[in-house]
Order: sequence, then structure tokens, then C-alpha cells
Amino acid sequence: MKASKRKNENNKKLYDISMMDLDDASYEKSRKGQGKRKQVAGKSNNREFAVITYFFLALFICMAGYFIYFITVRSEDFINNSYNARLSTLSNYVTRGRILSADGEVLAQSFTLEDGTEIREYPYGATFAHAVGYSVNGMAGVELDGNFNLLRSNSFILERVIKEIKGEKNQGDDVVTTLDVPLQQAAYQGMGQYNGAVIALEPSTGKVLAMVSKPDYDPNTVAADWDQLISGDSTALLNRATQGLYPPGSTFKIVTALSYLEQNENYGSYTFDCSGSYEVSGYEIHCYHNKAHGQENLLQAFGNSCNNAFANVGLLLNPKKYISLTDQLLFNQPLPTKLSNVKSSSFTLTENSSSAEIMQTAIGQGNTLVTPLHMAMIAGAVANGGELMEPYMIDHSQNDQQEVVKQFYPESYGTIMSSDEAAVMEEFMRYVVTDGTASALNTDRYTVYGKTGTAEYNSNKNDNHSWFVGYARDAYGKEIAIAIIMEGAGSGSSHAVPLAKKCLEAYYR
Amino acid sequence: MVHLLVEISRFTLIIFFAIYTYDCFAALKPKISAKRQRRIYRRQTALLFMILFNAYAVILAVTMDIRILLLFAAEIVFFAVTIGVYQFFYPNASRSLVNNMCMLLAIGFIILTRLDLDKAIKQFIIACAAVVITCFIPVIVAKLKGLQRLTWVYAVVGLAGLAIVAVAATPEYGANLSLKIGPLSIQPSEFIKIIFVLFCSSMLTISTEFKHVVKTTVIAALHVLILVASKDLGGALIFLVTYLAMLYVATRQPGYLFLGIAAGVVAAIAAYFMFAHVRTRVIAWKDPLSVIDDAGYQVCQSLFAIGTGGWFGSGLYQGMPNKIPVVSKDFIFAAISEEMGGVFALCLIFVCISCLLMFFNIAMQMKDMFYKLIALGLATMYGTQVFLTLGGVIKFIPSTGVTLPLVSYGGSSLLASMILFAIIQGLYVLHMNEGEMHESIKKKKRK
Repeated sequence: MKASKRKNENNKKLYDISMMDLDDASYEKSRKGQGKRKQVAGKSNNREFAVITYFFLALFICMAGYFIYFITVRSEDFINNSYNARLSTLSNYVTRGRILSADGEVLAQSFTLEDGTEIREYPYGATFAHAVGYSVNGMAGVELDGNFNLLRSNSFILERVIKEIKGEKNQGDDVVTTLDVPLQQAAYQGMGQYNGAVIALEPSTGKVLAMVSKPDYDPNTVAADWDQLISGDSTALLNRATQGLYPPGSTFKIVTALSYLEQNENYGSYTFDCSGSYEVSGYEIHCYHNKAHGQENLLQAFGNSCNNAFANVGLLLNPKKYISLTDQLLFNQPLPTKLSNVKSSSFTLTENSSSAEIMQTAIGQGNTLVTPLHMAMIAGAVANGGELMEPYMIDHSQNDQQEVVKQFYPESYGTIMSSDEAAVMEEFMRYVVTDGTASALNTDRYTVYGKTGTAEYNSNKNDNHSWFVGYARDAYGKEIAIAIIMEGAGSGSSHAVPLAKKCLEAYYR
Repeated sequence: MVHLLVEISRFTLIIFFAIYTYDCFAALKPKISAKRQRRIYRRQTALLFMILFNAYAVILAVTMDIRILLLFAAEIVFFAVTIGVYQFFYPNASRSLVNNMCMLLAIGFIILTRLDLDKAIKQFIIACAAVVITCFIPVIVAKLKGLQRLTWVYAVVGLAGLAIVAVAATPEYGANLSLKIGPLSIQPSEFIKIIFVLFCSSMLTISTEFKHVVKTTVIAALHVLILVASKDLGGALIFLVTYLAMLYVATRQPGYLFLGIAAGVVAAIAAYFMFAHVRTRVIAWKDPLSVIDDAGYQVCQSLFAIGTGGWFGSGLYQGMPNKIPVVSKDFIFAAISEEMGGVFALCLIFVCISCLLMFFNIAMQMKDMFYKLIALGLATMYGTQVFLTLGGVIKFIPSTGVTLPLVSYGGSSLLASMILFAIIQGLYVLHMNEGEMHESIKKKKRK
């Protein structure tokens, strides 16, 4: 009895001394009066042992910290990867949740038929095709990006248990998007028979308000139409808003002008005399319809979308700084966004490029290719004082009692231009609407800023993509950034601007 | 109904293991009464059996395989006997370590049964043999005084063993690790790790003069170089770190440590440029998704598993851990995290930390330098190995392909890990006995 008590006391002492106090003093104290057996090197203290112990402890704590960080923050990048086969098993126990618009309209929902098969219904048909996507034969859109949330059930725990016992499927969580139904409908209908894309963002948050791409497909019948959709000449599955690479045409003058602002403090003193055409070392540039704009400053040249003046501006730029600005504006790199299947824009000018190449590039022809999403992001950054918000389309997921399960918050990428540059650019883009090529958008109800574009895409000068890139703000501070491209439609003023008008009317309804 | 059991068990298993983990540290609180400590250890043992019962109930319900029932019964007996043997024959053994050893084994058994029943049965048989073999080790350590004099035997056995492996081994996942003898496949390096610690302890106890240190370092470096030649980088790193820690502690000169770390860094950079397989590992670590089709596949699958499982896991049999290559060995932690939950996996990390602290604590408590160094060497070895495997699985560091001691599948790894725990127990028993002896002497004097 006594022996065992002693042992336990000793046991206790062992912990007291070294486990919790790894410092020398307490060890020395503990050694006092202990039996002498083969003393090592006269003095013995445990400082080195403590160093090693603390080193490992720190290492393990860091590792545990990383593990926590991975599960809470990083894991989403991996969970939703198309290589992750695990999510599909969840559908055995969960009925896929609904996809809703920002104001709660149903964009996708699932029904279970009497024979147990699950049907996915898209009430708006093709209108939301590329935004909401599909979930058979692979996935796209919100169906892909929100797959994990749609297949999780967070309904009331008792209800889940009861369904579990009955062997029924539980209701998956709803995904609430940032999409605005009237705006999406206006954009979709406004595209008419043209191919192309419309993307609208909220500049202060990066929320995607509308995303249209044409040609499109009916998500209700994707499985049945599959063979036709993937046949060689069909591009209906391609989301042109995020993956379509287009020559930017005159909308690229935003970038060229920004570069000039950055490199020349006295940009106000720039003047150019436009005579309809402009030739440098054997290469000749023309303005649209060979129009001669006469004497103009940079603001007027921007408003007139004067090719000759901007070809001249391009030649005045320091190529190195021009390239580094496009870098800063995220050309040739993945765009910061939670949306999947997004292509990078390309800008190929080098320091050795010929003056012909520079002239073409400066007016948005040449080899530059952009996605509509990218242009909308740049416009959004101008509206937001230079700060770029990362585009996202899923606002939150909620259970069947409308309780929020997972909220997604706006994320800032940082500033891609100074607030001063953004302010000057705002003035320029405003001038395009008050006195330039987008005057059809001038209204008292809200203020529009923008740039039109007419992009040549083959050797026929009459084949043009119609572009509009810009943003609007009303008296209450409600903002929208938008990029519109209509393939082969003609000039920006004639097609993209009227469509922008329809979209803005729908947004400021 | 089965699914309901699975779902409920997701949480009960986590709760049991979380309490167990809390107890690991609660028992270490200063000024804890012996009575309370004993109660904590009893509760830990009870939780061990509850976890086993709960997990095997799920496994049985899902598989409806009668062999599960037999395996479960056998494991209950196994753990009861193991804990009983230690309590009866080694009343001075650390109960905390016994509990942790059994808990790690139990988690290994559970997840292996879920992954592959045949492997689980094999692992169980090896564990039974290992307990029988290792239960004598504490006596041997405590009684045998000649261990220290076998210095050069350790060196010869260690180097020869590694050399044979390097030459004759069958390549497995790009590294030459295992020797095939008949139906058996053994990995000698697992055992040589322990012999290596004995060698270093012995050498560094004899003397820490410069010339002697150089001699020791040359032999140690030979071990490491042979492992590098066998492409066993994880193993090489474990040997290197262990040696550096022991050298630093024995010489008490940080200079050696910094020199060693500098040499290690230079060697790592050289290895990066010299060996393609090192480069691919680093690339797979930096951005596994970019090379998901080849080098990054394993790490990506591991991260899919951990991420999809989330904090509470998918529940046993609800995930796809078998999609991860080598899941039963190097990547077992991912399978545990996927199906039993991130919380459970985090607790597992903390149980490993508590083992490690216990090891270091014993190293400090020992008085004889030889024993101190053994404990420190084994502790460092264990710590490095656990860090390399867990860190690799969760992409904290590049994956090096080492096993998780006591949990991963593999006879050599299991036996070697149990020997390691038994040696530490031996040292602990030795220390406690000394303490008792000393106490009784003091008492006599007072009289």
C-alpha cells in the first residue's frame, strides 16, 4: 500500500518537474539529493534537451495550425475540383438543392419522380444557361461552383434523422446567387439573334449581376441534346463571358489612355490634329469611316474614339511601362475570381515590337485578346476608385428554413490603378457619354461612364464586333459595371450601346 | 438505419477521441493528485474500448461480414491483455504511454479494417507478435548493462543492413526499401533507425572530443548517404535530424547544430538540382493541382479527401479513401481525416504530440548520459517521422513517403515502432525504480 503511494508521488513529481517546467533551475532543484550514479561531465543540465523539445513542439503546433487553416480556408479550392470524385456519392443521400437569384427567384430546382429518378428543372430555360450551368454530363456555372453546397443538407437535425430512418433523401441546401433576374432577362433578350456576351458586376463588391453568353442551350434538355452540343461546329457550351477571347477594339483605349496618364503628368497639354489617316514608317491607320476629327486633346480623342490620335499616343509611350501596366491590369495571367472556367486575356507587345504593331495595339487591334469579364473588371475598378473586387456569383447557401449556412463575402484583389488615375479615367469615360460615341446613354436618372468599341476581326473592314464597356451610378450610389460584345453586329454605337441602355433601364427599374 | 448509425458515429467517435486527447494533457497538469491521475488513465482506457466498439459496430453494420466480429473480439482481448501485462509486470511503466500506444494501434486497426480487411488482419497478427516480442524489452533495457559497449556492433549491423537494402531491395514507389525473403517483405531501415540511435548514444557517451565527434559523424553520414543512394529521402532526413539533435545535446555546442543544419540545407538544394524525383516532389507540393495528372495526383487526392471530409468527416465508408494511392501506408492520415473527421485527425496530431513530450520528458529525467541520449534520439526520430508523414499528407511540406508509426500498415514499421515505445518504457521503468530505491534509502537514513 505504502509502496504504491510512494510510487505515485514519484510519478507525480516526474510530471511536475520536467514536463511543465523545462528550464534549468527546476531541473537542478530536482536533482538535489538524488542518488549519484555515473554523473555526466560534472554539471548536467537540460537546456539542450529543452531547446530540442520546444523546437519540435513549435513545429507540430505550426503543422496543426496549417491543418486548421487548410480545412477552413484552402480546402474549397480542392473540394470543388472536377477530379474530386467524392461529391457524387453525396447525391445518394441528398436531393440537390435549389439555385436562387439574389431576390429569391428559383433558377434551378430538383424534383423526384414516383419511380425515384431525380429531375432538374430550370424555370428560366436558356436565359440563365451559362450563369447557372448544368449538372448532367459534367457540370458548369453555379451548378459546378456550388456543387458542394448544393449536395450538403443542413435542414433541421430531427427532420434529417426521421428521413434517415425512413430511408428518404434529405433536402440539400439552396444556393443563393448574386444574379438579378430583370437585368439578366433584359441582357438576354437584348442580344437578339447575335452571338456574344454580356457581363455585369457590382463594382464595390464584385458580385456578378448578369451573365449572358450566346449561342446558348436549354439546360432542361442538356442530356438529350448532348451529342449535338458537343459536335464539332457547336460552341453553345462555351461561356463567352468568361472564356471568349475577343480583340478589344477601341475599348482598349482605356488601357492606352491609362498608360499615358501614368507616364505623363501634364496629359492635359496633349494635342493631335486628326486628318482621317495617320502614317508612320509606311504603316497607315484610319479613323472609323476615315473621319477627320481635326484638332483634339486627349479627352476629345478618347471621346471621339480617334484611332489616329491613339496610334500616336501609343508611339509616345515607354513600351516597358506600357507592358508593365497591362501586367498590373492582369493581362496574361489568371483573373482573380471564384468563378471557374475563366480564360486569361493576352497582350503580346514587347520592347522590340515594330511601330506598326504598337500603333495597332494602342487602338485595340493587333494581337491583343480580352474576355468580356476582364473588361468589366477593369471598368469596375475605375468605378471603384482603382480597387478591384474579385467577381463571384454565389452569395450564400441556406438550409430549407432559409437559415444561412455559408456566407461568401466580397474579396478585394487590391488596387490596379491609383485613385487619381481612376478619377481622370472617370472623367474621360463620362465625356464619351456626354459628348462622344455613347451619347445615347445620357440620361438624368443615372450617370453613365463608358467606352465603345468596334473591333475588326478579319480582313473585311465591314465585319466588326460591337463593344461597350463602362459603368453607371445613380444618386443613391447604386452602381453597375458592364461589358457587352455582339459578334459581327457592327459599330459599338449602333448595337452594344442600345443593349447597354436596355440593361441599365432594367437595372435602375 | 445503417446510414443513421454511420451519421451518429461521426460525432460520437469524435467526442470520445476528443475527451481522450484532452485527458492526455490533463494528466500532465502540475500538482495533479495521483488519485486523479489514475482516474484519468482509467477513463482513457475505457474510451479506447468505446471507440473500438463504436467503430466496429459501424463497420459490421455496413459490411455485414462475420469476420469483422471475430477480428473485433480478438482486438478487445489483445488490448485487454496488453494493458494488463504492462500493469501487472511493469507497475512502474508509464500508463500514459501504454494508453497512447494502444490508442494509436486501435485507430490503425479501425481504418485498415475499413480500407482493406485482409491488410487489417495481417496487421493485427503482426501486432500480436510484436507485443509478445516487445514485452521483454523493458526488462532487457533495465537489467542489461552491456548495451553501451556494443558500439561498433551497432555501426557494422546498421551500415551493412542499409547497404544490403540499397543493393538487393526491390524498388517500391521509386525507392529501394524492402527486402523480399520468401513470402515476407521486410524493411530493414525501420529497425536500423533504432540501432542507429544506440550507436550514436554509445559513441557520444564515450567522448565528445573533436576527433571523436568527427569519427562519429563520418559513420552517421555514411548511413545517410546510403539512404540517399537508395532514394529513401524521408529516411535520410530522419537519420540526419536525429543525429544532429543527439550531437547537439551531447556536445552542448550549438555550433555543431548550425553547421549540421547548414550542411543539410546545402544537401537539400543540391538534391533538388541533382535528382528529378526531388524536383517533382517539390513541384507537387507547391501547386499540386497544376500537375494533378502525374506528380501531384497523390497529394491532390489526399487533399480532396481531407477537404471533402471537413471537420466532422464523411463517416466510415462514406468517403473514397481508396482513391488515394498508398493510402494504407504513407497517406493513412488522409483516410482518417476524410472519414473520421478533421477534428479527429487534429486530436490524433495532439496524441502524437503528447507521446513526443513524454519521450523528451523521459530523456530529461534520466541521469545516465547513455540513456538520456537514447531517449532523446528515439524521441527525435519519432517526432521527425510523424512530422514528415503528417506534413506531407496535408501539404505542409513536400511529401517524403514515410509511415505514421503504429497507425500505418506495414509489419516492419509496426514492429519497429513498438520496439521504440518499449525501449522508452524500459527507460521509464528504470528511472522509476531508481527513484523508489532512492526514496527507500532516504527513509532508512532518517531512521
